Amino acid sequence: MPAKIRKIIVQTDEVRVEMGRDVQPPVRKALAMAVIENPFAGRYVENLDELIAIGEELGGLLGARCVQALGIAPGDAHSYGKAAIVGEAGELEHAAAILHPKLGAPLRVAVEKGAALVPSSKKMGGLGTAIDVPLGHKDAAYVRSHFDAMEARVADAPRANEIVVAVVVTDSGRPLPRVGGLMASEIKGVDGLR
Amino acid sequence: MIQIRRVFTHLEEIRHEFGPVADVPLLRGAIGAVLTNPFAGRYEPDILPMMDALQDVGLDMAQRLLKAMAVPAERIETYGKGAIVGAAGELEHGALWHVPGGYAMRELLGWKGDRNAYAKGQAEEKTGQPANALSIVPSTKKVGGPGAALDVPLTHINASYVRSHFDAIEVRVPGAPSADEIVFILAMTTGPRIHARVGGLKAADISQWNGLR
Repeated sequence: MPAKIRKIIVQTDEVRVEMGRDVQPPVRKALAMAVIENPFAGRYVENLDELIAIGEELGGLLGARCVQALGIAPGDAHSYGKAAIVGEAGELEHAAAILHPKLGAPLRVAVEKGAALVPSSKKMGGLGTAIDVPLGHKDAAYVRSHFDAMEARVADAPRANEIVVAVVVTDSGRPLPRVGGLMASEIKGVDGLR
Repeated sequence: MIQIRRVFTHLEEIRHEFGPVADVPLLRGAIGAVLTNPFAGRYEPDILPMMDALQDVGLDMAQRLLKAMAVPAERIETYGKGAIVGAAGELEHGALWHVPGGYAMRELLGWKGDRNAYAKGQAEEKTGQPANALSIVPSTKKVGGPGAALDVPLTHINASYVRSHFDAIEVRVPGAPSADEIVFILAMTTGPRIHARVGGLKAADISQWNGLR
């Protein structure tokens, strides 16, 4: 069963000036969210394959929406992250089923490559609950300039029987990174870490 | 006078709200520009120069919003605008958005009037359907902290009384406005509420072309 999507929300955030200093090029992040019906709301279901398949579908859809919103070539994406907010008639494990087994592969296709783990967060929530989607460099998790987060929230979701699924893609790191560590220019991008 | 720190866009593609699934999803969009408030922290009697300075900001934002929505201007059916002023500013600073914000969208959508005459408080006569975007752009404003949410009212672009198109969109920019910032907001949608069914004036029955009915 494909995801029953009620709405899709796409946001972009472009920072041009931080602490009075020009950010050149501007730092840009895109967030895409789908509000879906939770097929397992209100009951315990042992096998979560249906949600796993929905995760796979949404990884591609939301990843592509982010890249499109940024107006970049897929290979120009820098970092990514994912998250889910489960409405109160669901269970935290439903978020895990969407996020972990299969969402990553099509997301990596959408951003071309992506050797690094996709950082994630999940929670139970009600309408307007905010979740901070963690971000990390897509090819090397230790790139310090790209550790970041983007707040995701839908004013009228999730209803009790819904799940909000969020994906973030950026084309840059933090606006004025200066805490050292591994630089994006130094990565090998093979093991997903450095 | 104008420093744009951040630009935030928000799009919603609404397929249903627990009723029949729409053949064409309703698209709602908003753009928020986070500007430095040049009047933060003091009472400045003469703030009107900023209204002029904001005209280009408004046009640029309206164009960016339409581009982000990826629809032709002809599909836009409602609009609205708003401002969130950071804690070191005053509500009146948000009111600077009235002329530059509204007329940027109206001109983009086909309005043919004289915005400078309007800015001076001069009304104009309208007969027949002179153009599009005849309605006043509904607005709201507040003073708020970082991440404050503003419910931006939306009404039909040609007749404010079209009941199916009374709507609002919640807009907030995480982390903004800080005390010395203002978030200026524009919003547009492609149609009525997704399951509109409370009667009243229909868009198809607009007849007076006076921006109201």
